[in-house]
Amino acid sequence: MDITKLKQDQFAIYARNLVKKFGHFIADDNLNFEVHQGEIFGLLGANGAGKTTAIKMMTGLLKPTSGILKVNGYDIYSESEKIRKSIGYMSQKFSLYEELTIYENIRFFGGIYGMSLKNIKARAEWAENNFALYGFMDKRVSDIPLGWKQKVAFVVASIHSPTIIFLDEPTGGVDPNVRRNFWDYIYKSSINGTTIIVTTHYMDEAEYCQRICIMDQGKIKTIGKPSELKNDFNVNTINELFLKIVRN
Amino acid sequence: MEAIRVNNISKKYGDILALSDVSFSISRNEIFGIIGPDGAGKTTLIRILTSLILPDEGNAYLLSLNLIKDYKQIRKIIGYMPQRFSLYMDLSVEENLQFYAEIYNASIKDNYYLIEPIYKQIEPFKKRKAGQLSGGMKQKLALSCALIHKPKLLFLDEPTTGVDAVSRVEFWEMLKNYQNEGITILVSTPYMDEALQCDRLAFIKEGKLLIVASPNEILRNYPLNIYEIRHENLLLIINYLETVIPDAKINRFGQSIHCSTRFSFDDIKQVVKIDNIDIKQIEPTIEDCFLWISQN
Repeated sequence: MDITKLKQDQFAIYARNLVKKFGHFIADDNLNFEVHQGEIFGLLGANGAGKTTAIKMMTGLLKPTSGILKVNGYDIYSESEKIRKSIGYMSQKFSLYEELTIYENIRFFGGIYGMSLKNIKARAEWAENNFALYGFMDKRVSDIPLGWKQKVAFVVASIHSPTIIFLDEPTGGVDPNVRRNFWDYIYKSSINGTTIIVTTHYMDEAEYCQRICIMDQGKIKTIGKPSELKNDFNVNTINELFLKIVRN
Repeated sequence: MEAIRVNNISKKYGDILALSDVSFSISRNEIFGIIGPDGAGKTTLIRILTSLILPDEGNAYLLSLNLIKDYKQIRKIIGYMPQRFSLYMDLSVEENLQFYAEIYNASIKDNYYLIEPIYKQIEPFKKRKAGQLSGGMKQKLALSCALIHKPKLLFLDEPTTGVDAVSRVEFWEMLKNYQNEGITILVSTPYMDEALQCDRLAFIKEGKLLIVASPNEILRNYPLNIYEIRHENLLLIINYLETVIPDAKINRFGQSIHCSTRFSFDDIKQVVKIDNIDIKQIEPTIEDCFLWISQN
């Protein structure tokens, strides 16, 4: 596929000269990038780099100050409602209800997205089978370990079959085994055509992304495949790459 | 010289055995890492050694002080940064620091040199409430508070979770400086690149201490050959390798996989009959070792 011939609407995300200012402070400064459908795209940057603002715009929570932004072909200025229905979002602080069971959380979030009970039940069954939740659906979220909460938060973010899922620091504080399992789920979703946009502070995780974008002080410093960027910058790991770009 | 000696410590929560007969020692000036899967008992161990909870069995000695009998003296010589920041979110940055200094009867002026490299980064925000700081800044303030009484032993429970990569590098540079100042550091971490920076590591799983060794020793003792394999369809390759290499332990590492096996490179070349596959023998990483120990 010649991606240069793709139209704006055929990308999962299409951003041109995207700017967000808060007063005089420029949080995102002239961002130009696109994310392809079905891609796993990593957004990296130190605290204050402008990642969260970019994600808030892509999820329809913030309007840009200027520039073009299309999400699933929908225009951010006029169609943010449609954007919100077509995406899933898993935040760093999971938005799960601790007092509810796993199934009740699924049902609750399915209801928010206007899904019928029949559809919710079908998706709950899908979650049970695909996320090894069989026999655990009646457990209260407060009683399950952190790694499980991450899994359930991912299920809930995917419950309405969104075409893009945003994952904001999804694996903070879990051990390497749990992180690997979580990435297996991300891969499975991506193979099924879902676009995944992930932010992480852990650079070894960035290697799992098909392309990464490194941001610093509101600007995009580089975008590319992890292997190609390592070659271009003559480094062995994404951690070295990141530090080279951000610390210099 | 021993900074910490742990003798046969066990701890149960109801029917759950959180720690089982754990013994080890830490030398003075060491950076000693505790690693292991979630729920392994790392936090319980740190909470026992900081005298917050009592062990059911066993005891420990911190700079020759008896953990159970001398806990009041021990609390004066240790600094502790728990997993969830111990800051008062409604107090400002400088009020938090002042509070910690006062409860230890310490002088900020006398000990400022110790925290200066970290604290000066958050000093421009000293009037801001701790609750309004970013994750990296909270971490720097929590570490400043844990150090303001100039402890001899510093306990850090997953100090860098949720902190960005640049702050993490700076944090570890800081720990090395404290080590040079004569502070012994015990740190737990879920991140293997950080484990590599410790002088020695203890690996805990299901409450049991499995290994105490330096990162290099752990890497040297990896028992299998390990191959990095690249192919455009990794899922297909994983299934295939599991069929042709019966003892294969396969883990995904970004856009490649690591396959651990007794098979030699020549064996691998003979059994793997797939086009456009890139296989090379590599040295294990500390993450390979973690996965091996935790899965076996």
